[in-house]
Amino acid sequence: MRNVWIIWQKELRSYFVSPIAYLLLAMFAVIFGFFFWNIVGYFVFTGMESQMRGEMFPMNVNEQVIRPLLSNVGVIGLFFIPMITMRLFSEEKRSGTIELLVTSPVRDGEIILGKWLAALSLYSVLLLLTALNFVFLFKYGNPDWKPLAIGYLGLLLQAGALLAIGMFISTLTKNQIIAGAATFGVCLLLWVLEWVSGYETATWAQVLSYISVVTHIGSFSKGLLDSKDAVYYVSLTFLGIFFTARSLESLRWRS
Amino acid sequence: MITVKELTKRYARNTAVDQISFEIQKGQIVGFLGPNGAGKTTTMRMLTCFLPPTAGTATVAGFDVLEEPMEVKKRIGYLPETPPLYPEMRTGEYLEFVGKLKGLSKPELGKRVDYVCERCAVADVRDRLLSKLSKGYRQRVGLAQAIIHNPDVLILDEPTAGLDPKQINETRDLIKSLAGDHTIILSTHILPEVEQTCEQVIIINKGKVIATDSVNNLQSRARGAESVIVEVAGRNGALDSAAIQSRLEKVSGVSKVLFKEKRDARNIFEIEGGKGRLVRGDLARAVVEAGWDLNELRPSAMSLEEVFLQLTGDQAAKGAVTPKEEIAAKGAIK
Repeated sequence: MRNVWIIWQKELRSYFVSPIAYLLLAMFAVIFGFFFWNIVGYFVFTGMESQMRGEMFPMNVNEQVIRPLLSNVGVIGLFFIPMITMRLFSEEKRSGTIELLVTSPVRDGEIILGKWLAALSLYSVLLLLTALNFVFLFKYGNPDWKPLAIGYLGLLLQAGALLAIGMFISTLTKNQIIAGAATFGVCLLLWVLEWVSGYETATWAQVLSYISVVTHIGSFSKGLLDSKDAVYYVSLTFLGIFFTARSLESLRWRS
Repeated sequence: MITVKELTKRYARNTAVDQISFEIQKGQIVGFLGPNGAGKTTTMRMLTCFLPPTAGTATVAGFDVLEEPMEVKKRIGYLPETPPLYPEMRTGEYLEFVGKLKGLSKPELGKRVDYVCERCAVADVRDRLLSKLSKGYRQRVGLAQAIIHNPDVLILDEPTAGLDPKQINETRDLIKSLAGDHTIILSTHILPEVEQTCEQVIIINKGKVIATDSVNNLQSRARGAESVIVEVAGRNGALDSAAIQSRLEKVSGVSKVLFKEKRDARNIFEIEGGKGRLVRGDLARAVVEAGWDLNELRPSAMSLEEVFLQLTGDQAAKGAVTPKEEIAAKGAIK
């Protein structure tokens, strides 16, 4: 466990001494801020309109602001995850530092876990930043905090799975750009697979839609803790980590 | 300290290391010599548990590299061909990170970092970013990280590659000063390096060990009988080379006199004596008694380079694999 901690520290440090972390934080904050402003604006607009017509629609901050916002964050996350994972192993392979890690008395699993946790920690910081916006919702309205917390849990689980997949992809190449682009492609595919469920109900469409990460974020955004969806994310995470371990091992047999 | 038995590494298309065996005693400094692509790096990677061997066994400090890699890794300090540095770290931070990774405890860590900084002369760049260091410093930081946990065995892959002559000398001295505390294997394709730093040499070519011996033995083994270079000059004007030659041939113990060249008034000969016989004193007396000047008299020790070429050349003749020219053309021998 001590080794996981050492690797975690080193990875997180390297995110924060380079511009990567700050760039991601800034972009994430701006994009999320825009979504927040947009959705809250629309919410206020509908509220005023309903008052003017004299008909009262049921208005709910959780349903009409928090839920769409959280599913948007899930989608923005797909674009940010490749940038977090692309350097994890490819950089070590390119600079030869992988030789230092692998010839140190540290287990492969500890290296992988340390790196994955560091990536997840950076993503958590991004999410934490978005939480600032919600402070205003609590100041001027009274949303229920429990669905919000569950929504964030869902986002973390989703990120954990995608980060594990991105980490695996970064073990396959020395080139960060290739790792990033491939991860982006996979993330995008895992998002759009869900679209088939819009017009098709055959088994194959259900399977495709099940594979999509977006399908499973829905329940969390609603504030429901569905074990089926949690299991999906956790198993995807394990799969990613397992593949990373196999790939790291095969590196030695091939190189 | 290190025992290697019939170690083999096979890839899909070629065999990088073919049944090599050798043994290294504690505290020795051993040169791993061979042209580029001979299998030096592969062998070292197998010893450091980076690559698993296809066949054969290797034990380091009594631990098998396949069975107990963790124990082996704890006892090995490894400097790969390019020092494994993180550009965004500072020297001190980097050494601390490696120290922690190698399992040093908190109180030890500070002391060891201070010590290796001092030892490898990187104390003055402790707060500099690794990406900003010169090649010489990078190499020394690489050495510092290899010895941070005071390992029993040090494995250095071409530690002087790419350095300037002054840095090369500094690095060699540093490596020499580390021997004794550590058992050291260093690989190189530069022959003088082995002559200067190592006690023992393992010559490897095409994945096979072609000679294992002490540096001294290897030189004398290839030399056979003693041979001496003599330069004779006349006091006034040029001398007749043939006359000198016939005079030298008469010296007792001399078996062969070879006229090498004539430069102005200086005549240079290579003289072979009978095995084990020192003819230098007799030669000097003969020249002086004849009234000539003795400008130079030195044993013509065969350099390792020649030994190396001879050995790899033999191999080439037997197996018809690598002609000497090819080795030379690759820049393997300097």
